[in-house]
Amino acid sequence: MKALRFSRSLPRFAAARVAGAVQPGGGARVGPLALVEAAEPVEPGPAWQRVRPILAGICGSDLATVAGKSSRYFEPIVSFPFVPGHEIVGTTEDGARVVVEPVLGCAARDITPPCPACAGGSTGRCEHLAVGHLKPGLQTGYCADTGGGWSTAMVAHASQLHAVPEALSDEAAVMVEPAACAVHAALRARVPGGGLVAVLGAGTLGLCTVAALRRFTLPGTVIAGAKHVDQQRAARRLGADVAVEPGEVRRAVRRAARCLTVGERLSGGADVVLDCVGNAASIHEALAITKPGGRVVLVGMPGPERLDLAPLWQREIDLVGAYAYGTEELPDGRRLRTFDLAFELAAAADLGGLVSARYPLERYREAIEHAAAAGSRGAVKIVFEPSAQKEKRR
Amino acid sequence: MSRPGYVLEVDRSTPPVLFHHGEGFSLERLPVGSRVVYPPEPVKALPDPDAAIRRALLEPLGMDPLPAYLRPGMRLTIAFDDISLPLPPMKSPDNRQRVIEAVLDLAAAAGVDDVELIAATALHRRMTDAELKHAVGQRVFDAFAPHGLLYNHDAEDPDGMALIGHTEEGERVEINRRAATSDLLVYVNINLVAMDGGHKSVATGLAGYPSLKHHHNVRTMQHSRSFMDQHKSALHSSNWRMGRLLAREGPPIFQIETTLNNDTFPKPFDFLQRREWEWSARDRAAYLAAAAGLERIPRKAARQIFQRILSPHAMASVQAGEVEAVHAVTTENVYRSQLVPVEGQTDVLTMGLPYICPYNVNSIMNPILVMCLGLGYFFNLYRGKPLVRRGGVVILHHPTPWEFHPVHHPSYLDFFEQVLTETTDPTEIEAKFEESFATDPWYIHLYRKSYAYHGVHPFYMWYWGAHALDHLGGVIVVGGDPKAVRRMGFKPASTLRDALEMAEDVVGRDPSITHMHAPPLLMADVT
Repeated sequence: MKALRFSRSLPRFAAARVAGAVQPGGGARVGPLALVEAAEPVEPGPAWQRVRPILAGICGSDLATVAGKSSRYFEPIVSFPFVPGHEIVGTTEDGARVVVEPVLGCAARDITPPCPACAGGSTGRCEHLAVGHLKPGLQTGYCADTGGGWSTAMVAHASQLHAVPEALSDEAAVMVEPAACAVHAALRARVPGGGLVAVLGAGTLGLCTVAALRRFTLPGTVIAGAKHVDQQRAARRLGADVAVEPGEVRRAVRRAARCLTVGERLSGGADVVLDCVGNAASIHEALAITKPGGRVVLVGMPGPERLDLAPLWQREIDLVGAYAYGTEELPDGRRLRTFDLAFELAAAADLGGLVSARYPLERYREAIEHAAAAGSRGAVKIVFEPSAQKEKRR
Repeated sequence: MSRPGYVLEVDRSTPPVLFHHGEGFSLERLPVGSRVVYPPEPVKALPDPDAAIRRALLEPLGMDPLPAYLRPGMRLTIAFDDISLPLPPMKSPDNRQRVIEAVLDLAAAAGVDDVELIAATALHRRMTDAELKHAVGQRVFDAFAPHGLLYNHDAEDPDGMALIGHTEEGERVEINRRAATSDLLVYVNINLVAMDGGHKSVATGLAGYPSLKHHHNVRTMQHSRSFMDQHKSALHSSNWRMGRLLAREGPPIFQIETTLNNDTFPKPFDFLQRREWEWSARDRAAYLAAAAGLERIPRKAARQIFQRILSPHAMASVQAGEVEAVHAVTTENVYRSQLVPVEGQTDVLTMGLPYICPYNVNSIMNPILVMCLGLGYFFNLYRGKPLVRRGGVVILHHPTPWEFHPVHHPSYLDFFEQVLTETTDPTEIEAKFEESFATDPWYIHLYRKSYAYHGVHPFYMWYWGAHALDHLGGVIVVGGDPKAVRRMGFKPASTLRDALEMAEDVVGRDPSITHMHAPPLLMADVT
């Protein structure tokens, strides 16, 4: 099979960091990612199936990995070499279209009894990501045993597979995984009815979060901080009442909250801020625009950051993370799998329309550069199309 | 007698024509056959303005002499025009200083000791102490300001406004409480353009949002053809209804209006008010030196240079007494100073916009103010019909920087970022956003305690251009920040030549072109 494989190589990590700093996505040219011809992964057990990816998305965390910017926190819960790609729609051997829920929790690792988190349906919080019969890996796409979406073949546990409704396009299906992250984040936000919500960042995750907030919570006003005009348009289409450039968010929140400005922060502010960027500047901004007693949700993957947490302390702001998915409790009390809600969102909000370009695996450098500069190039989601690879080979 | 205004038809021998361009200027060659409308040269200044003021106070129009209203124990309030007049600020002594000193002399002689002075700021920013001192003079400032008797109007002071009543059209008339409860309100005006003065002085200058919204709105602006022509101005009519209610139900008002001649720019910028073919060698040298110097320094430094300009404006007339009688004479004097007969409209009207407008004195001319100056003030400087035909194009020449004064214009920035990104349609803007900006507690706080224009003020600036937006087929800005220009719904052009080509897409080939050579200010009397 053909696969993009990410190997452990410290010199290449360093080169990727330098190249990535010079040009967005530049790490793909010199870093540890390479296109290889490799043996297909073997099913680790009877509950596993072979999946041939149709489309596999390039996510912000993938870009951080390729650019050598990921936190070292993840080292114990990944295994090398791995094939990235965790936003996947593919086909099983029997021809069924499936979306892969990538978390490799207790079920996939055949661990009984499962950890309390998995037992409660919160698979994203699994305590066993580095043990069991699989090599460490928090998700498919970071585990040496399973392969990943950036290839022509991978394996997935039955618990990871979700059948794709016939009416749902491949583009919409490949958006289900990021949509699930967004749904989880929106519900982690605990938005008060009629509340003021700000979403920082309008890449795939930010836009999906806006859509999820509108579909599954009852905010009054949603303000989106979006760097580029196309992103602002998309944010409005998906439900933002106000979409402004990042430097304008604070003033937009102040206006909506009708509060005052005190130094660099607001006297009041948003009830909830969802930070879909995940760097020091965005967290700083989130703390400056959240009202006392409000909530900041970290949705974008952060790395090592230096922050002044005085406002968090003095304003008693809740800072919570929102990673992956599992089972959600809706405002009306229903408990549903996050992926079920994500399928609903992908269809209802036409999230397939956010897929901007498809690339064959051979053109992975261009694809990653495109993804790294997606906003400025008027794009949102860039995907690989391994199935086209397969066709070509035939 | 000074030379009247003049319409030049450009021919092959016509030298390049001066265009103001913010904190700079350029010389542009206009196509042969274009017209250039020049303002009249400055009318003769009053030889002894102080004597003229005394005479006006003692021989007023339609009222008894001022001393007849002055007595011990009375409450006397003197309100005066704010920092928005005149433009540029005039060298000392300011007209207001001369008039206020004369009024105070009479008040002192009559034994009046309850006197307060109020800058009639309406919803403009507060004047700083330095600005107040420049307007009223050191002597008056020192006598009143330290005791809290010289201050800015505060339209958002919950205890500071008094309801006078409602006009027959239902317009709420509410003015400054101190003024409303005075035994005599003296209003001291500087009349720069035909829109200023008259009943507008008190009905607008000492009012607040609940009153202003009756005439500072899109409908009024679109029904004023133009708001510089009193007989065709819905803005004027509304102010007059309010003023007549004030005359019946409010305090006695003694109006003192002054006009200025058109002597706008001091040396070394006085070439700006001369006709190019009459430039001397010294004028040409001054132009070249200024243009070259301004190109080499940062915009901020250039702004500081220009904002320090004090105009040599001289008082051309003063009249006092009953508001309407006074204003009729004032208006004639303004027309005498600015009116230029122009035959026929034009397809394309070009304007070089200067560095200053009424709302950026000692401040930054942000993009909304550029729009207001061009499409609000300059476009409306006509009587009869607009200088440019319906469906025509206006070409503005201004750098239009994406820059806002953080203290003076906080709501402008929000307007630019949040309102214009959604729509540039004045009617939609008014319906959807005005109320929330007008009542925003942060803007109100900054208006009252800092030096910010009121939250609703950028809306008024946009409405000021509503008639032009409705009338024109397109607006092009030469040399402006393209992003800022597009945000306002206009088209950017790098050069005047490009702009003229772009205009042809709207008005057709070989259009008629007219350049408004201002400032100094002119008003086109279009037949």
